[in-house]
Amino acid sequence: MGVGIEVRGLNAYYGKHLALKSVDMTVPANHVTAVIGPSGCGKSTFVRCLNRMHETIPDASAEGDVRVGDVSVYGDGTDPVEVRRRIGMVFQKPNPFPTMSIYDNVAAGLKLNGFRNRKQMDELVERSLKLSALWDEVKDTLHKKSGASLSGGQQQRLCIARSLAVEPDVLLMDEPASALDPISTSKIEELIFHLKQHYTVVIVTHNMQQAARVAELTGFFLMGSLIEYDKTEKIFTAPADKRTEDYITGRFG
Amino acid sequence: MHNPAQSGQGVSIWRRASNHSATLFAILAAILVIVPLLAIFVDLLIKGAGSFNLAFLTHTPKPPGEEGGGMANAIVGTGLILGVASLIGVPLGIGCGIYLAEYGRGRLGDLIRFTADVLNGIPSIVIGMSVYGLIVLRQKHFSAFSGGVALGIMMIPTIARATEEMLLMVPNMVREAALGLGIPKWRTSLSITLRTASGGVITGCMLAFARVAGETAPLLFTAFGNQFWSLKLNQPMAALSLQVYVYGLSPYDDWHKQAWTGALILITMIVGAVAAVRIVTSRGKMKGAS
Amino acid sequence: MPESPNPKSPADPAEPAQKPVTAIPTLAQAATRPKVVVSKSILERIRQTRPRSSRIPDKVFALLILLTGISVFMIVVFVAWELVDKSKLSLHQFGFSFFWGRDWDPVNDQYGALPFIYGTLVSSLLALLIAVPLSIGVAVFVTEMCPIRLRPIISFLVELLAAIPSVIYGLWGIFVLAPLVREYLGPFLAKTLGWTGLFSGPIYGIGMLAAGIIMSIMVIPIISSITREVLTAVPQSQREAVLALGATRWEMIRMGVLRNARIGIVGGVILGLGRALGETMAVTMVIGNRAEISKSLFAPGYTMASVIANEFTEATGDLYLSALVEIGLALFLVTLIVNALARLLVWSITGGRTGRANA
Repeated sequence: MGVGIEVRGLNAYYGKHLALKSVDMTVPANHVTAVIGPSGCGKSTFVRCLNRMHETIPDASAEGDVRVGDVSVYGDGTDPVEVRRRIGMVFQKPNPFPTMSIYDNVAAGLKLNGFRNRKQMDELVERSLKLSALWDEVKDTLHKKSGASLSGGQQQRLCIARSLAVEPDVLLMDEPASALDPISTSKIEELIFHLKQHYTVVIVTHNMQQAARVAELTGFFLMGSLIEYDKTEKIFTAPADKRTEDYITGRFG
Repeated sequence: MHNPAQSGQGVSIWRRASNHSATLFAILAAILVIVPLLAIFVDLLIKGAGSFNLAFLTHTPKPPGEEGGGMANAIVGTGLILGVASLIGVPLGIGCGIYLAEYGRGRLGDLIRFTADVLNGIPSIVIGMSVYGLIVLRQKHFSAFSGGVALGIMMIPTIARATEEMLLMVPNMVREAALGLGIPKWRTSLSITLRTASGGVITGCMLAFARVAGETAPLLFTAFGNQFWSLKLNQPMAALSLQVYVYGLSPYDDWHKQAWTGALILITMIVGAVAAVRIVTSRGKMKGAS
Repeated sequence: MPESPNPKSPADPAEPAQKPVTAIPTLAQAATRPKVVVSKSILERIRQTRPRSSRIPDKVFALLILLTGISVFMIVVFVAWELVDKSKLSLHQFGFSFFWGRDWDPVNDQYGALPFIYGTLVSSLLALLIAVPLSIGVAVFVTEMCPIRLRPIISFLVELLAAIPSVIYGLWGIFVLAPLVREYLGPFLAKTLGWTGLFSGPIYGIGMLAAGIIMSIMVIPIISSITREVLTAVPQSQREAVLALGATRWEMIRMGVLRNARIGIVGGVILGLGRALGETMAVTMVIGNRAEISKSLFAPGYTMASVIANEFTEATGDLYLSALVEIGLALFLVTLIVNALARLLVWSITGGRTGRANA
C-alpha cells in the first residue's frame, strides 16, 4: 500500500541559485500525480528533492518539510540512504546495470539491503517483473541475458521492476517514457495505471497528453514555483491561473 | 512475506561500518601514496643540497677514495647525449605522428600504431642491449652516439602518439581552409596543421625528453660512462644518471653524498627543461590556439 | 561552398602545363599528361585546382613521412632481430631447459635462468600486491570522494611519482628504504607473519621485500591513472541508479562504478605488471643481486633485468653474453605479450588510446 506525501515550504538550491521557491503540495496515497511545466521550471528538481537525490549533485541543497507517510525526509535524524530505499525512482533514460543479468538487475536493491534467502529473492524478482509487465518476455532468459541487451522499452520496464523489488512506498518517475517509442510509451502508461493500486506515483512529464492520460492530479510548475495544483481534468479544461492556461494551450513553453 | 528491505530498521550497522571503512581506506591509500613522493623530494633537497658546492659543477670526478671532485663531465655528457637523442627522436617521432594522423588511417597505419606501442613497452635495458649489438659491437667501442640512439629510440613512441592525438584534434576546417587557398598538402601539414597543434606536440616532446633524461639502463652498454672530461660523441661519455648509479653503489661515503647531489641536479634539469618549455610555448601562443 | 577561388580555369584537366616548377625534370613530363578525374568532394575539387607542380613535393613529403612511419616498424624489427641473433648460441646450447635451469655459473659456462625468472615474478607480484589496492584506493578517493578543489592537486602529485627516474628511486631505496626495512618493517613482519615462512632468515634490508616495495611505488601512478580514467568514464546515470535504490556511498561505488570499470582496471593492472617486469635500475640497487631461489622475502634475489644490467659488460666469452641476450629476449617477449593484453583490455573500455599512461 502506498503512502501520501506532504510538502511544506520546500526550497531547493543549486549553489546560491534558488531553483524551487517555497513549494507546498499534498500528494494523496495510491494516486498518480503528474508534475508538468516548461523546461527549467523545476519539476525534475522537485521530484528529486522528494527522495533526496537532489543533494547528490555537487553544491546542491534543499530545505523544508517533506513527509512521506510518517517519515520526515529532511528531518534531523533521517538517513538519506533509508529515504531512497523507501522512495523509488525511475529515470528518463533507462539505466540498467550492463554487467548484470536481468535477474541480478532486479535483485540488486535486495542484495544491497542484505537479502540472502534465495527462494524469497526468486519470488520477489518474479513479482516485480510481473508488476512491470516484463515477466513474460524475459522469464526464460533471466540469468542469461544482460540488462543492457533488452530494447529501450524493455529496459525501462526492467528499471521499474528494479525499483519495485525493494518494495518502496512511493514511486517517482522522471519523464520515464520520453526516451521511448510510442508503443513502449503506451505500455509504460498502462503500467503506471495499474501500479497505483499498490504505490503512490509521482510522474514528471513534459507531455501534457500523457499527464491527462495517466494522472488523477496534476501540478503545474513555472520558474520554481507551484502555480496550480488540482484534479487533472480541471487543470486541462478550466485552469484557474492564466499562466496555467497559457501553458496548456501552448502559448509558451 | 518478510522483506528485510521493508523492515524499516534503517541501514544496518554492518553497512554503515563498511561505508566508513571504505572511506578511511581510500584516504589512507592517498596518504600512503603521497608520503614516499614527499619523502624522496625532501631527501633529495636535504641530502643533495647539503653536499652541493660549486666544485661539483666544475670539476670532474676524482679517483675512488679521494675526496672532492664533481660531476661536470656528467652534466655536460647528459646534455650531449640528450641532444643526440632529440635529434633522432623528435623528427622521427613527429614524422611518425604526422603519418599516423594524416596518412595512416588504414591497415598499414594500424600496424605502425601498434608497433609504436610495442616499442613503448620494450624494457629500456633491452633497447640498450640491441643498440649495443647494432652499433657498439660494430664500432668496437662505446660511444655517446650509441647512447643517444638508444634514448632517441625510446623517445619516438611518446612523441608520435602525442603528435597524432594533437593533429587529430585540429578541425578539418583548418586544413580545408588552407587547401582552399591553394596551399599544397605538404605545406598544409607542416605550416598549418602542425603549427596549430604545436603546443601539444611540444608538450609531447618535452614529456619524452623528461622520461629519457633520467634513464640509466640503456646507457649502461652504450655510452658506458667516462671518468674524464670528454666532448667526443664517438667515445664513451659520462652521464648524470650513470654517475648517480655508480656512486650510489660504491662503498665510499663521499661518493654517496655526491650521488645525492647528482640526483638533485638531474631532477632539477628535468623539471627545469619541462618548465622552460612550458614558459616558451605559453608566451608564443596566441589566445584561442590550443 | 563557392567554387574554387583559383583564378586559373579549374575544370579543364586537359590544360597544357605552364612550365611546372619542379626540381625533378623527368617527372615534370608525367605531370603534364592530362588526367581525367571525377571530383567527388570539395577537397577533390581543390586538389585539382592546385598547380600540378605541387603534386610532386606532395608525393615526396608523403614518401618521407611514410618512411618515418616505417622506420619505427624497422626499429622494432631490428631490436627483435638483434636479440634473436645474439642469443642463438645460447639457444643452441641449452634449448628450453635454459628456462628451468637453476645454476647460473659463468665460471663453468653453465647457464640456467630460473633464479632470474623467479626473482622477476616474485618481485613483480609483490609489487602488484601492494600497488593494486593502493592505486584503486587513490583513484576512488580522487574520483568519488575527494572535494573537487583537491582533485587536481592529488592527481598531479601521483603523476609526479612517475616522473622520478628509476635510478633516484634506487638511491632512495638503498639509503632510506633498506634501513627502514632492516630496522623496523622487517622485524615487525618477522614477528607477526613469520609463521608463513615468508619472513625468515636474516634481515639485510636489501632484498626481495625492498625490491617489491620500491617497484610498487613506481607502478602505482600507472595503475592509478588508468583506473581514474575508467572510473570517470562510467556514466553518472549508473551512480544515480544505485543511489536511488537506497545505497551507501561505498555500495554505490562498488556496484555502480567499480563493477562497471572492472575490465579497464584489470587492463591497468596488467599494464602496471608490464612496467614492473622491465624495471631495472631501482630493483638492481636494492634486490641484493644473488642468483638464489628462496622462500623468504628477506633474502636477496636477482631479476632478469638486473642480471643483464650487472653482468653484461663483464661478460667474458660468447656463451656468457649469449645467455644474457637470451634472457633479454625472454624479457622482450614477455613484456610484449603482457602489454598487448593490457592495451586490448583498456581500449575495450575507453574506446581509444589512453593518453599519458606511460609518460
